[in-house]
Amino acid sequence: MDPDTDIGGPLHCFPVTNHSAIVGARSDDQTTRRRAFDTILTSYWKPAYKYIRLKWQAGNEDAKDLTQGFFANAFEKNHFAAYDATKASFQTFLRTCLDGFVTNERKAGRRLKRGGDMDHYQLDFVTAENELRAHAAATDLTPEDYFHREWVRWMFTLAVEALRRRCEDSGRSMHFQLFERYDLSDDANVSYASLAEEFGLEPAAVNNYLAAVRRDFRRVVLDKLREITATDEEFRTEARSLLGVNVK
Amino acid sequence: MKWLSDDKLDHLRTIAGNPDFSATKYTFVKELGHGGMGTVYLAQDRELDRLVALKVLNTPEITEDLRNRMVREAQIIARLEHPGIVPVHDVGVLPDGRVFYAMKYVRGSRLDEYAAQNSSLRDRLRKFQAVCDAVAFAHAHGVIHRDLKPQNIMIGSFGEVLVLDWGVAKILENPSTDCTDFTDQSAKSVKSVDAFYTGAGTVIGTRDYMSPEQARGEISQLDERADVYSLGAVLHFLLKDQSRPGKAAAAICSKARASAKEDRYSTVSDLSADIGRLLDAEPVSAYQENVVEKVSRWVSKNRFLVLLVLAYLLMRIFFIFTSRR
Repeated sequence: MDPDTDIGGPLHCFPVTNHSAIVGARSDDQTTRRRAFDTILTSYWKPAYKYIRLKWQAGNEDAKDLTQGFFANAFEKNHFAAYDATKASFQTFLRTCLDGFVTNERKAGRRLKRGGDMDHYQLDFVTAENELRAHAAATDLTPEDYFHREWVRWMFTLAVEALRRRCEDSGRSMHFQLFERYDLSDDANVSYASLAEEFGLEPAAVNNYLAAVRRDFRRVVLDKLREITATDEEFRTEARSLLGVNVK
Repeated sequence: MKWLSDDKLDHLRTIAGNPDFSATKYTFVKELGHGGMGTVYLAQDRELDRLVALKVLNTPEITEDLRNRMVREAQIIARLEHPGIVPVHDVGVLPDGRVFYAMKYVRGSRLDEYAAQNSSLRDRLRKFQAVCDAVAFAHAHGVIHRDLKPQNIMIGSFGEVLVLDWGVAKILENPSTDCTDFTDQSAKSVKSVDAFYTGAGTVIGTRDYMSPEQARGEISQLDERADVYSLGAVLHFLLKDQSRPGKAAAAICSKARASAKEDRYSTVSDLSADIGRLLDAEPVSAYQENVVEKVSRWVSKNRFLVLLVLAYLLMRIFFIFTSRR
């Protein structure tokens, strides 16, 4: 069995808790906690920002402050360590915390000051704002569904970027280029045959390259998911929700 | 970073959610269909260079013991060598823990599609009888299908009938061993175990076609008569758009679909025999005819003879009438 594609390892079981940022957030070690926080922030800041803009009707600048303020406060007070996987998914927990934070800030009428501990994070709010303006949320979505949808979108976006890096690092740039042209492009005229001609490959080779890179993509998505779930059960539930598959 | 549209997200979900066959000898080609039990994919067997249908079951958790049992039982099912049975070629577990079965890839129409193409009642009954014969063969070797329905029956390009998807079959204790190539001890020793790790209370099958006892999850109570019920439901499906299926056909259907299994045909062979009698315009066991119906059936069966006699009588009358003038 190819270890690179043997999802779940030889025991077909994901050692979820070994890599979970949610578990890391409970660590007494400051470095571990910081690393865990980075992972959670990276995975959730954009859906959180869009959610604040949509549900709480916050302006652009206000939403930036609230997003940064929420994560800074969560790290400072170690809120994520309080997550109990038996009660809800981490995604639901984070969203509930976010609602609580915004409610309190609104009640207090405070003007959050950006910066401080969050200064060194490069959160691309400009792109997030442009996406919001270019792609209006579907009217039939509840704010909660919207948060989930945006989280899925962001997870896949991060996975695509991770896949790109993985392919480049392993000297398989052509794999990613084929994936980008066939699976990410909006060009409806792209076919295996046209790609074979474009890349100077046999159609069968295009098929093989794409099969391999899609396997990698699946693995990257599941790895990302593993990072932000606390237990095996939560991981499996989220995998079913994200991919519609059962993983053991 | 490129914006991913909703359509693109759905596409990525699909390609990431497709089974990972990397640890197997199969290469994914495309999805053929999906149902409550699992999804069927078309795949290329790289070793034998042929296309196969791979069914990946929606079963998240299996233990080592269940896995071993499943392999043993798949071996038994794979030995059902009958022209009307599409066998399981291979069985295994994907890296994500899901179980898959490799079956012969059959080209043709499903029975429901075939029936929609205006096939005659006689043709449908002949096809149904062929299904019964295949299932009776499996029963003779201790295997109950448990998911018989039009969607699991294929009519091949040359009219051949094939029963698919033995993936949820049950192996009965003490199968008869009248078939010489099915006499090994490992097959005989299997004791009423389910091919797919189903325990009491587990409902396996398709609601519209499953027997009441199967719907109640009485797995240990299932025997050949569960398949008799399903076949009755298939027959009902084949008859329901016929304007005049006949009382005998309806009676066969009702008997096969009786709620109490004691009231059904005790074997699929009995059901098949009644279908054969119906096709030959003979009295069927499921229906007691009155005198008028007996005469009507006899006339229908011997139409040519009756016409000949009638013609003779008419000519005789004509000659008698003209000779008196």
